[in-house]
Amino acid sequence: MISLKALKQKVVESQLWRSMFRHDYLDTPRNRVLQIMANVWLHLHPPKIRRHAIKIRFTWCMGGVTFLMFLSTVVTGVILMFYYRPVAEYAFADMKYLKFDVPFGMIVRNMHRWAAHGMVITVWLHMFRVFMTGSYKPPREFNWVVGVVLLTITLLLSFTGYLLPWDQLSIWAVTVGTNMARATPLLGTEGPFAQVVGVTPRYDARAFLLGGTLVGPPTLLRFYVLHCIFLPILASLLMIVHFWRIRKDGGISGPM
Amino acid sequence: MADATEGGATTKRMAQPAAATKPAVADRVHVWPYLVRNEFICTIIVGVILTVWSITIDAPLEEPANPTQTPNPSKAPWYFLGLQEMLVYFDPWFAGVVLPSLIIVGLMVIPYIDINPKGNGYYTFKERPFAISTFLFGFIFLWVSLIITGVFFRGPGWNLFWPWETWDPHMVIALTNVDLPAWGPFKWLGNPTIFGVEVIGLVLTVLYLSTAVIFYYWKRDTNETIRQLGPVRYGIVAVLFLTMMGLPLKIFLRLAFNIKYVWVTPWFNI
Repeated sequence: MISLKALKQKVVESQLWRSMFRHDYLDTPRNRVLQIMANVWLHLHPPKIRRHAIKIRFTWCMGGVTFLMFLSTVVTGVILMFYYRPVAEYAFADMKYLKFDVPFGMIVRNMHRWAAHGMVITVWLHMFRVFMTGSYKPPREFNWVVGVVLLTITLLLSFTGYLLPWDQLSIWAVTVGTNMARATPLLGTEGPFAQVVGVTPRYDARAFLLGGTLVGPPTLLRFYVLHCIFLPILASLLMIVHFWRIRKDGGISGPM
Repeated sequence: MADATEGGATTKRMAQPAAATKPAVADRVHVWPYLVRNEFICTIIVGVILTVWSITIDAPLEEPANPTQTPNPSKAPWYFLGLQEMLVYFDPWFAGVVLPSLIIVGLMVIPYIDINPKGNGYYTFKERPFAISTFLFGFIFLWVSLIITGVFFRGPGWNLFWPWETWDPHMVIALTNVDLPAWGPFKWLGNPTIFGVEVIGLVLTVLYLSTAVIFYYWKRDTNETIRQLGPVRYGIVAVLFLTMMGLPLKIFLRLAFNIKYVWVTPWFNI
């Protein structure tokens, strides 16, 4: 009978195993470093980090939780996309379909919505923490700017998603939210100096946003594309920059 | 003067070796396991909370969209209710477009106008009192409390209600708001205008903004911070700060004296 130890030895030394796992699991300083450096998902981290930076009371984990919320919305959002059609005739019916017919449909939708709201809160708290610790100060100025853009995109993602259920709550919230575009100076029909530019209700900032003079089917399609393609890709790109710059700017901030 | 500069430089050079006695490499720990472990536990806790929350609380779904039936009140998503609340006090072009843009731009320029090198990477109030109090005032007092007002205290007609009060959609509150020139202390001036621009409002707005200029010339020679900021950065700080403080000022004028506009012009009103 072949012993378990010998079997393990055989597996671990096989070409297949060695091709996937480049180092063993022994708890040595070298392996601790390789654990991070040789792993595509973990190599975002430095191998070593300043001791104060792993304290919860310093970071509140808020940047990481924000990223986790983003990942949750991406996963649940893709699932929702299988069942939802951004057409005025179908959108609301698909919400009912998700609620009553799709297995676990309501839980997926709930997770998507609550994670999105959670992300708005955690991104604010993250900004609050970064301000309180003065972490935007040199050399991290530009990463703060990227962060503010990400904060804006988070709000826009949440806002464009708000319309998609196509119920009373969504169209009127979006109506209220986009009415202000009508008052844009120069570019909105009711804004200051609108006559100078000569915009009309059909051709102004708000109509460009809505694809018409009111929140209708073209708006639904517009917001859907922004919500599912444009904004997530933009947010992902900027997140890559945001995370990369943390490393390049000398890792997480701390007392000099 | 030359001696003083030289003395300062020497002190600086002298200070360096003392700083160098600290360990060159900061106290570091391995990310695996110490940080990855935290992230793992945090992910599990947040994941469990999100899952339980999603099982127990359903996302709202109301009647199908109906463009002919406007609900009263129509509220924006909760995170924009601070902006909607500002619409009570300012016209849409200012509350809905200019102020939100200034909030975003203002946040972005923070690292470039806050030249205080202290408080980088640790919690402190003592070393940067102005930065912290301004941020707390803007974030907690203006942004968060206006959202709370919008979510919990606004009912039909955007009137104020206590959360436990029943919403009365027929409640009418008489609008007794007046523009500043028609308000008691300014009434006797008879609201003079030039090309349709109210002079009183113009003078008051210019006076309000000029406080920053006066403060600059008054303090420039004695205040080290203002000297280091220089005129450009000081100007940006002053414009952002005065614009931000314009909101609580207008809220006060509206709630205490029913002032609608401070300044009326043919193109815009403030």
